[in-house]
Amino acid sequence: MAAPESSAAAVPTLYTNNALRNAFGGVLAFFILLLIGVMAFSIRLFSVIKYESVIHEFDPYFNYRVTQFLAKNGIYEFWNWFDDRTWYPLGRVIGGTVYPGLTLTAGTIWWLLNSLNIPLSVETVCVFTAPIFSAFASWATYLLTKEVKGTGAGLTAAALLAMVPSYISRSVAGSYDNEAVAIFALIFTFYLYIKTLNTGSLFYATLNSIAYFYMVCSWGGYTFIINLIPMHVLLCIVTGRFSSRLYIAYAPLVVLGTLLAALVPVVGFNAVMTSEHFASFLVFIILHVVAFVYYIKGILTPKMFKVAVTLVVSVGLAVCCAVIAVLVALVASSPTKGWSGRSLSLLDPTYASKYIPIIASVSEHQPPTWPSYFMDINVLAFLVPAGIIACFSPLSDASSFVVLYIATSVYFSGVMVRLMLVFAPAACITSGIALSQAFDVFTRSIKFQLPGIASNTEVDAAETSSSTAEAQNDVVKAEKSEETSKNRPSKKSKKKEKEEKPLTKAKAEKKRLLALPLDSSVISLLLLILLGALYVVHCVWAAAEAYSAPSIVLTSRSHDGLHVFDDFREAYAWLRHNTDVDDKVASWWDYGYQTTAMANRTVIVDNNTWNNTHIATVGTAMSSPEKAAWEIFHSLDVKYVLVVFGGLVGYPSDDINKFLWMVRIGGGVFPHIKEPDYLRDGQYRIDSQATPTMLNCLMYKLSYYRFVETDGKAFDRVRQTEIGKKYFKLTHFEEVFTTHHWMVRIYKLKPPKNRIRGKTKKSKSKTSTTSSRAKRSGTGKKNPWN
Amino acid sequence: MRKFWVIFVASILILLPFLCSSFSPDTPTDRRVLVLLDDFAIKSSHSSYFNSLKSRGFDLDFKLADDPKIALQRYGQYLYDALILFCPSVERFGGSIDVAAIINFVDSGHDLVIAADVNASDLIREVATECGVDFDEDPSAMVIDHTGYSVSETEGDHTLIASDDFIKSDVILGSKKITAPVLFQGIGHSLNPVNSLVLKVLSASPSAYSANPKSRLSTPPSLTGSAISLVSVVQARNNARILISGSLSMFSNRFFRSGVQKAGSTTKHEKSGNEQFLTELSKWVFHERGHLKAVNVKHYKVGETNEPALYRINDELVYSVEVYEWSGSSWEPYVADDVQVQFYMMSPYVLKTLSNDKKGLYSTSFKVPDVYGVFQFKVEYQKLGYTSLSLAKQIPVRPYRHNEYERFIPTAYPYYGAAFSTMAGFFIFSFVHLYNK
Repeated sequence: MAAPESSAAAVPTLYTNNALRNAFGGVLAFFILLLIGVMAFSIRLFSVIKYESVIHEFDPYFNYRVTQFLAKNGIYEFWNWFDDRTWYPLGRVIGGTVYPGLTLTAGTIWWLLNSLNIPLSVETVCVFTAPIFSAFASWATYLLTKEVKGTGAGLTAAALLAMVPSYISRSVAGSYDNEAVAIFALIFTFYLYIKTLNTGSLFYATLNSIAYFYMVCSWGGYTFIINLIPMHVLLCIVTGRFSSRLYIAYAPLVVLGTLLAALVPVVGFNAVMTSEHFASFLVFIILHVVAFVYYIKGILTPKMFKVAVTLVVSVGLAVCCAVIAVLVALVASSPTKGWSGRSLSLLDPTYASKYIPIIASVSEHQPPTWPSYFMDINVLAFLVPAGIIACFSPLSDASSFVVLYIATSVYFSGVMVRLMLVFAPAACITSGIALSQAFDVFTRSIKFQLPGIASNTEVDAAETSSSTAEAQNDVVKAEKSEETSKNRPSKKSKKKEKEEKPLTKAKAEKKRLLALPLDSSVISLLLLILLGALYVVHCVWAAAEAYSAPSIVLTSRSHDGLHVFDDFREAYAWLRHNTDVDDKVASWWDYGYQTTAMANRTVIVDNNTWNNTHIATVGTAMSSPEKAAWEIFHSLDVKYVLVVFGGLVGYPSDDINKFLWMVRIGGGVFPHIKEPDYLRDGQYRIDSQATPTMLNCLMYKLSYYRFVETDGKAFDRVRQTEIGKKYFKLTHFEEVFTTHHWMVRIYKLKPPKNRIRGKTKKSKSKTSTTSSRAKRSGTGKKNPWN
Repeated sequence: MRKFWVIFVASILILLPFLCSSFSPDTPTDRRVLVLLDDFAIKSSHSSYFNSLKSRGFDLDFKLADDPKIALQRYGQYLYDALILFCPSVERFGGSIDVAAIINFVDSGHDLVIAADVNASDLIREVATECGVDFDEDPSAMVIDHTGYSVSETEGDHTLIASDDFIKSDVILGSKKITAPVLFQGIGHSLNPVNSLVLKVLSASPSAYSANPKSRLSTPPSLTGSAISLVSVVQARNNARILISGSLSMFSNRFFRSGVQKAGSTTKHEKSGNEQFLTELSKWVFHERGHLKAVNVKHYKVGETNEPALYRINDELVYSVEVYEWSGSSWEPYVADDVQVQFYMMSPYVLKTLSNDKKGLYSTSFKVPDVYGVFQFKVEYQKLGYTSLSLAKQIPVRPYRHNEYERFIPTAYPYYGAAFSTMAGFFIFSFVHLYNK
């Protein structure tokens, strides 16, 4: 919405002084950008205002804990940190397995503020990192879109991105996750690539590598960059847009970027050894071959060149075939074809659900539903096609990149909900282009039609009527305007530029004929503003209502007022204050990060799901009967077991609803756990129709122990049914703590029995036969703890 | 003078909790023993046994089992360190004692001696069952042995058994060999074979069986042969010790003094082995023997003395622990060559036998395996007759730091050379290219 204002405001000054006009436009654009930044920051503060300044969800707690460690111990200790409080007893080398970008960023901000004598806590810095970086991200979007389609489009795109719900969902205050800084890094890397492509400057190429390095530090999604840019380079080569600028934009990025990426411990040799990076090297080679061919073409006569081509092609084809054969054999020899599970599930959306339950079990790795597109990008979904069309008129290197970006990210967002986040900036850029172009057309039409202005512009109607980028080009041609480089098709060389003047004039004549009628322009303009307003309303609503919940504090509004469910922190505080420092707490991996960060207790598995077997062990324990589970937990030195139970208050994402994943993941490693044993006729149920295996497994027992005492019927509000087995006792576990709303229940493992009882039962009749005796000793053998 | 009294009372009040503490780790031997009897006649008829306890410093408190005033604990403190149940026929204990109270007494680390007899009450059987021993369910059954009986003038039903099938453990029965057979007359019991806590100290001969001697055998006896245990001991996981005997009369003065001749044997012993057997056994049960403690667990890197918070992979380390045995009056160094330490993470990565210096100090040194994780130093020492030692100390093992790897690897010199020569070549090329027109 900022763009039309700026262009409209810029119009009157045009007549007086071009220089003044530009200066005024620049200042205006600067203030608009400042306001966009403020808006991007402030729209993300709903979570702090409505709840409190806390870290959200699961992964942010880990990042927060790492940042605390960094702030306390310094960067070298962080780099070499061996964490013995997670993945007991394996431990985890944090420094080598974490993307350090976010942590280092927040740690640097904290250090900077503290050395300026602004005593902020690490938590505060962590909470507000994401909003700050979303302001940066919207400015980076402005820069990128400006490179593609000019200032107006840039400002519109920046304003759209500042409040796109998809991005808000990952960057509200407190959502201290990698994506918070990674989206900025992603857009900024793309901007520098486009900038290099437009200018051919080695300076920007180097900056581009550094931005890429920051992205590699921040997020595993950097592979998107290192695949998308080669694709674009290939596209440029194939469409005959090869230029020295393309070479400068790409070659240093691959060389420097790969070297820098290999410096990040978590990436290391992966930067040259995994298939995700091969595309960039292949394109690197192709680029050199093409450059060489152009060079040869320049020094040889056309006839000689033809001979050379046939010679090289015939020899080259043979060599290529051999190399490809070797490559294919090498890649095929590895079981996953050299691709990591997450990347494979990107290429084949059904891969994860077929082979890796641990990836499929994460809700953000599921394909999105159609309504989620409308929820997350709202009206942008309709503007994107218009933006793509705008990118094609005319198609430049930069706009072809945007088209490629949106095409690939649409596909990826369709595979994984999480990657909607990569799609959102592309949607904002294209929509920004579409909106700005539409405003451009309509305002130009109005200006042309309005008699007052039209009479003023009689003198040189051709130039003034066309306030498009081309016209501006014409006016300020002497200067090195960014529009010149941007809208100029890459093939045009400097000498061709001189022919532009008459060309534009002819174009302007055409433009005048294309002007729309006044009334329809005005109405369309109003409709567009209405559309924008709808978008703003939706975004504010999404930010305030849908995406601000911290998920560790829940609220519900009922007829008798607001209810706050603070059970998670209650449980973690109990653990922190009532258990020994070295006690081990077992829970499903979702709660691992929170337990280590908030309760400061050692956990068996956590959200960094690097060891499938370990998670499967916990899953098996949860789906085993009490005694077998006790033995598994005891062998892992577990003292406490934590389960999340929503049946009393109707909290749907509890452990019973996640239980089938535990069974699947456990059964994937320990085949005696079979999913059909837990299902009655293929249905997952916990009522009286449930299977005996289900009713006797540890998860059922720990969730529903004493549940019948709450309402006398044991009615589960999540599953909307009465539970199957209501009265039972625990033999190997004892309940030690249950939170106020029963959402978290903590059990302690009973120690092994001090004595082993004899086999005689009290009620046993005196005339028992030896056969029953043998049977009893048999059961005694199985159960030495009784 | 008055001031002195105040100080005296105050010091007593301060010391009181320490004076009252039972089963203290410093002196594990029991001191205060409650003896529950069916009637006070047993006090005199079994006086030899009691006197041997008294002479060793035990403070015996004799009570009738149905005395309404008896109690094991008051205000949460146990009044006794050990309990002797010489009351096989009691149907209900007096006072606050019941089966659960006795079991709690044991579970809080106190010792127990149970003597049953023919027609032992359900109560005594229940206590025994809780401890892992099952008496023959037939209330009138006795252990009968037609080949291993004791030759005597009066009895002809072969229920007075002379057994010399002892457990082979010097810790439990003392180092002096018991030569004379032990006289036993009472009921037998069986043990659950998977129960690792209970030990058969005196077992019946293969020809023994358990049946009512006064009636004809109509069905095969449920307990036969050496599966019958006459006297058993239990060492619970908390090292509380329990002695269970199927015969009260074996503790009696009469059995202590009488001579014994085993059927089929020509040697006649002047005195039965009962006194020696039961006295030695009581020393074990009341922790005068076989009680170990481990103190001063230390570990450090070779060449250092301080205990580190964590080790690095491939570090050389020293682990040491001091083990002492209670001799009844003082802690003596424990000397054995089978104490082992494990360096354990889900499974033992290192298992080494500790060498000792004969003064109780056990130590060894080994190299940390090339695996990082949270390890434990584990000593699991379970030897027949001794209290079990179970030490676990958690210690994380970290990988190399980024600057602990070798800086220059000899095999990589060709690569270093290649890199630097390329750089030099590029420099020369640029120079030539720029200035050679």
